[in-house]
Amino acid sequence: MPLLEVRNLCIAFATARGCFRAVDGVDITLEAGEVLCIVGESGSGKSVSMLAAMGLIGWPGRVSAEAMRFAGTDLLSLSSRQRRQLVGKDMAMVFQEPMSSLNPCYPVGWQIAEALRTHHAVPRARVRDRVVELLEQVGIPAPATRLGAFPHQLSGGMNQRVMIAMAISCSPALLIADEPTTALDVTIQKQILDLLVALQRQRGMGLVLITHDMGVVAETAHRVQVMYAGQMVEEQPTAALFAAPRHPYTAALLDALPERAIGRARLPTIPGVVPGIDDRPQGCLFNPRCRYADDRCRTEPPALAGAPGWRARCHYPLAVGP
Amino acid sequence: MTLRNGVKGSTDPLRVQGSALALLSFWCRFAENKGAVLGLAFLCVILFLALAAGIVAPHSPIEQYRSAFLTPPVWQQGGSWNFVLGTDDVGRDLLSRLIHGARLSLLIGLSVVALSLSCGTVLGLTAAFAGGVVDGLIMRLMDVLLVFPSLLLAIVIVAILGPGLFNAMLAVAIVMLPGYTRLSRASALGELARDYVTATRCAGAGHLYLMFNTVLPNCLAPLIVQASLGFSGAILDAASLGFLGLGAQPPTPEWGTMLAGALQYYQRAWWVLTFPGLAVLFTVLAFNLFGDGLRDALDPKLRR
Amino acid sequence: MLRFLLRRLGLIVPTFVGVTLLSFLLIHLVPGDPIEVRVGEHGIAPARLAALRHTFGLDQPLWKQFLDYEAGVVTGGLGVSVVTRQPVWDEFATLFPATLELSLSAITLALLVGLPLGIVAAVKRGSVFDTGLMGVSVTGASMPIFWWGLMMILVFSVTLGWTPVSGRIGDMYDVPPWTGFMLIDSWFSDDEGAFSSAVSHLILPAIVLGTQPLAVVARMTRSAMLEVLGEDYIRTARAKGLSGGRVVVVHGLRNALIPVVTVVGLQVGALLGGAILTETIFSWPGVGHWLVESIQRRDYPVLQGGTLLVASLVILVNLAVDMLYGVLNPRICR
Repeated sequence: MPLLEVRNLCIAFATARGCFRAVDGVDITLEAGEVLCIVGESGSGKSVSMLAAMGLIGWPGRVSAEAMRFAGTDLLSLSSRQRRQLVGKDMAMVFQEPMSSLNPCYPVGWQIAEALRTHHAVPRARVRDRVVELLEQVGIPAPATRLGAFPHQLSGGMNQRVMIAMAISCSPALLIADEPTTALDVTIQKQILDLLVALQRQRGMGLVLITHDMGVVAETAHRVQVMYAGQMVEEQPTAALFAAPRHPYTAALLDALPERAIGRARLPTIPGVVPGIDDRPQGCLFNPRCRYADDRCRTEPPALAGAPGWRARCHYPLAVGP
Repeated sequence: MTLRNGVKGSTDPLRVQGSALALLSFWCRFAENKGAVLGLAFLCVILFLALAAGIVAPHSPIEQYRSAFLTPPVWQQGGSWNFVLGTDDVGRDLLSRLIHGARLSLLIGLSVVALSLSCGTVLGLTAAFAGGVVDGLIMRLMDVLLVFPSLLLAIVIVAILGPGLFNAMLAVAIVMLPGYTRLSRASALGELARDYVTATRCAGAGHLYLMFNTVLPNCLAPLIVQASLGFSGAILDAASLGFLGLGAQPPTPEWGTMLAGALQYYQRAWWVLTFPGLAVLFTVLAFNLFGDGLRDALDPKLRR
Repeated sequence: MLRFLLRRLGLIVPTFVGVTLLSFLLIHLVPGDPIEVRVGEHGIAPARLAALRHTFGLDQPLWKQFLDYEAGVVTGGLGVSVVTRQPVWDEFATLFPATLELSLSAITLALLVGLPLGIVAAVKRGSVFDTGLMGVSVTGASMPIFWWGLMMILVFSVTLGWTPVSGRIGDMYDVPPWTGFMLIDSWFSDDEGAFSSAVSHLILPAIVLGTQPLAVVARMTRSAMLEVLGEDYIRTARAKGLSGGRVVVVHGLRNALIPVVTVVGLQVGALLGGAILTETIFSWPGVGHWLVESIQRRDYPVLQGGTLLVASLVILVNLAVDMLYGVLNPRICR
């Protein structure tokens, strides 16, 4: 039984100019203790899909899926009260902007304690000790003195550690990290990633890491999903994906990595931009930017297909080996 | 115009949208807000009534019909079509007085806002441009004015100058001064920091040119909004003063003064109280709705 | 916190001096001098006029008068009413509790009703409730309250006979003014029914005076909540599995209160201005009523002293609001 199983997820937003599908037909499966990376450009629907899994999509968004199960529990049929008992306890999330993700009006210790109290994770009397313990685990020096600090008094990296402490406070089976390092200094990014991976190993959590950094993917992920314009375009185990990308988009992403461009005069780029609300192309969504596209790609949307070990949304998946 | 050509490269936000297209898109944004359109429609009606008061009003606002004291409105027992909304205690036609009162109220709003807006803008721009001691003096003076509750300040000013419509308008204008001064100073300071102002200054523009031709046009949007909302404040304050016996004096058909006159007998004749009050309420409401809509349409930052 | 307080105190000193200067000049801007104005057409013997002028210090040079006045203000002497010969300060102190009771009731009403309405409107944004409330709110903010008060009297006192028309308490009760707050005094008085009489006298003026602040609070709460509910930390709170109510109140309202408090603070001036009208309509024996009467009686020392006291009150309330703002917003002073 997978820890998280989502099939055919669709998320639509009612906007002034009609209905916009931010996510269309995404499947996500995650085994317990596995690290899954979801990569894609900004606006490709990575964050929104995971917010939907957490049940955090509110008006004007609408979520529908064929199946959405967490450790065997059908999330779609839960009442909102039952759902709240899972969220924050068994599945937790860390967000992109640590500075604005913490409430500026409350001390950080209080905010972590609130999560513990809500889910009765530890007896009342133990809450304070547990918060100190958690802060220590996420590598905050002198944790007892930081309990009363307000978010604006801490650095971005510290705040992200607080967010992580809050997320793991109730020992979740699944941790979702939504670009946890994007807003941080480069030197801090590595520390936070190492912390996440270490925690994942210690606790055997499932970890979904949303990122657009292929370097991060290579270092941390067991398996990778690539998203483009609200669709999942490819899924493979990490090593296989880096060795033999099946979708032209993934291949182009990998080619654009500076590490792979050593010796070339210019870093290759992907021409064009991700289609927005109004300019969805016919056929394959990637076809205007794809160098292999032909008439079939321009008219007929490809389905997700593949063999055991890989899946790609492409009429002409790339062959293994150059 | 030569000067403007000299700074063609820098953007001058207001001039750019001078086209008919911009006007149309502005109207579309404005029309999105149903309340604002309703307010505007009501204001148009009031404006028409005020302009055509002499023709539209069935009677003179001050003529006393000795045979018709406290006639109720037409739909009540004893009402007559001659006096549609009834008459007051000395037999004056209420409807005619209200219509002439609209003329007064709009006039009050217009003169108060014009006076207060122009003085406030000049003071605010001076403070922003001069800085230092002048800025400090002007702004401290405004702080002092702001500390007095506006109605109390107006009352005190009228107490000094003596009661009367003109003095009441002057008092309300003084009371509203700090708002415009602060607003124009703040937006002028914001604009002064921008490149097109520096560019104009480098092109050799004088202080006055910079103040009124370069900076002021780009500070206008918030000032226009504040002014349209100021109409409602001015009308309300002037009516309050009239009600306290410090504004327009009887038999002037000013709405607040009419209410004050109705105090002795309103328990017997509800219409003398109800209609002038509704007139104030609806006019003020219309200006507020219109001002809100204007703000939403003019200031994209404040939109949803 | 202390430095923040001191800085704010430093800022209000020039404002206060300006206020005293303005209220001092006021009496000298009146055409003629206050004594002659007071005496009016009756005329007065020149010797008596000179004596009176000397009593009130009006024969001194202007700058000396100002310094005397300033010294008087600092030591609490605000002159003597030319009508009642009572010190202005004493009259103010007797009447002020009535105004305070009325204003506090009005602002409490505005907060108790306005905050929940604003929150619900923000949570159900775009709904019929939201649209309706915003319509009512802009109407409330446009209300000429002198008319509103008279209409309330016409409906509730005259037609329905539910509430009394004027005053603070029924004539048959003789409540000793211990605190000056009629609600408290009547609660502890021996008279049966005194308290309910005080409440029935207070309720209509409080509603009338509270209408505009109520509209403003509801509107401001709604827009502040709308902004706050879109913040990242609200998403974090929901990701913790908190209930909707807790997210809105503990995490949303706590942050939305910061701008709302500022706006309520700015309403104090308008509230005191409204109190002048409300007290006049309901014959409420408070400071506003007193000031309007002082104009009619041409009692300039009262007008001057009363205005100064009311302005000082606004300064103090603004200071208190700033303090509260500092307490509410951890980013300011901790």
